[in-house]
Amino acid sequence: MLELRAITAGYERHAPVVRDFSLTVGPGEVVGLLGPSGCGKSTLARVAALLHRPDSGTLLLDGEPVRHWRHRAARAQRTAFGVVFQQPRLAADPRLRLAHLIAEPLYATGRRSEVPDRVTELASAVGLTPDLLTRRPHEVSDGQLQRACLARALVLRPRWLICDEMTAMLDASTGAALVAVVEAYRSTTGAALLAVGHDRTLLNRWCGRTVHWETSCEVPEAS
Amino acid sequence: MTVLSVRGLSVRFLMPGGRRVAAVTDAHFDAAAGECLALIGESGCGKSVLVSALLGLLPANAQTAGEARLGDLDLLAADERTLARTVRGRRIGLIPQSPAAHLTPVRTIRSQLEETVAALTGVRGRAALRSAAEQAARRAAFPEDHLDRHPHELSGGLAQRAATALALVGDAPLLLADEPTTGLDRDLVDHTVDELRRHVDTAGRALLVITHDLAAAERVADRVAVMYAGRVVELTDADAFFGAPGPRHPYSRGLLRALPDRAFTAIPGMPPELGNLPDGCAFAARCDRAAATCATRPPMTATVACHHPYVPEDSHA
Ligand code: SF4
Repeated sequence: MLELRAITAGYERHAPVVRDFSLTVGPGEVVGLLGPSGCGKSTLARVAALLHRPDSGTLLLDGEPVRHWRHRAARAQRTAFGVVFQQPRLAADPRLRLAHLIAEPLYATGRRSEVPDRVTELASAVGLTPDLLTRRPHEVSDGQLQRACLARALVLRPRWLICDEMTAMLDASTGAALVAVVEAYRSTTGAALLAVGHDRTLLNRWCGRTVHWETSCEVPEAS
Repeated sequence: MTVLSVRGLSVRFLMPGGRRVAAVTDAHFDAAAGECLALIGESGCGKSVLVSALLGLLPANAQTAGEARLGDLDLLAADERTLARTVRGRRIGLIPQSPAAHLTPVRTIRSQLEETVAALTGVRGRAALRSAAEQAARRAAFPEDHLDRHPHELSGGLAQRAATALALVGDAPLLLADEPTTGLDRDLVDHTVDELRRHVDTAGRALLVITHDLAAAERVADRVAVMYAGRVVELTDADAFFGAPGPRHPYSRGLLRALPDRAFTAIPGMPPELGNLPDGCAFAARCDRAAATCATRPPMTATVACHHPYVPEDSHA
């Protein structure tokens, strides 16, 4: 169970982009968070994934309150999340070959021995051929790079997945393929999902429950 | 009246080590006044290279073949000076992918419009420039009371309109919109393409929209060209494509089936590398209709390049 209670968050002290927002994602549940871009949804997603400390409010993971965010977050909590963002080019280290990119969280958590098996398994799950795994981000398409980013998000077998506009940049077929990978992963592991996006049709199709982002959009779009 | 006529357009990139990448191969299509053609396909299918070729913005290692006639001018043969002075902005209005990045951040929308008016039209003098800029803003439904703002003070929708206003200044007969809806919310997508459509309907411009957003294409286009692995594989009427009887090429059908309001199932596999295309149909490895004949390349017929296209009777398949 992932519980966000009365979260207020932002980047400037007096101008929060998320105000007093509460949301619960039950075990194995798929929740869509629907709202226009530039209104703080992504910030909320980052709070939920322990990547951004809120100004106030509480985040509970299976009843345990989260006390630290980002690199200071408890490892067991941090590694329980897999996150995929909208723009793979901003999310991927341009120097790393895709195989290394996917394996990065395993190296970072000292699980080097699992690398070969996990990378092979995930590459095939997301549809990346061995040849693509040897390339660097600039040598592959956006869709191929997003496949690698999704594989990386799954590599530690997270209990919670956060997909922030994962398919917004992609063509219909690649988008549907990535959603199918997420759903296959969920059906074998029982992981829960928070899918953040602006596409109503997509979220209604994908998610059991869709929450509408109700705050008014006063915040200028992030540039 | 045909505004743009593309015949046998091909673009090759020469890579280090003598490798050749076939980014666009043998594209044929027209765009007429008062008509919108949507060029659809996934990233890396060659559609953005095609746009660069039309604008003369290809990198130095590109080689082109074929023709792209805009009136009496062949865009592929024109030199940079001609393109810069008489084509970009004047004969082709470009509506860019990310308007925020395309607008100059440190200057107001008014000053950018005035500068563009001065560069592209005969209007001279402060007062005349001012009123021409205001008129340009009105044409793109950009609110006059926002003219003194800087790009970062605009919402995504208004930035898009500012970019459109700039693209319209030169009264170009051809508008080229490159992924104009990327990153926009659905309401804004609808709004943006409706405005583009308005310039086609009221000003009789030809509009070429490049997009991976099928819903936007459905809303705006009269005709659709589908690109796959550098080739136009289907070129047809938008109503027939999105409605009944539906597309005839298996790739086009797969794309539509992948939409979340349709079957939401992906086409298996990935497109081939443009540097390493198979001899036969480039879609064969992913195609459920592939047969032995598909080892030879299917020629383009009236609307489709496929050996075994769907025919209207089996459109339910
Ligand atoms: S030519 Fe053959 S392989 Fe290619 S799309 Fe048509 S049926 Fe499929």
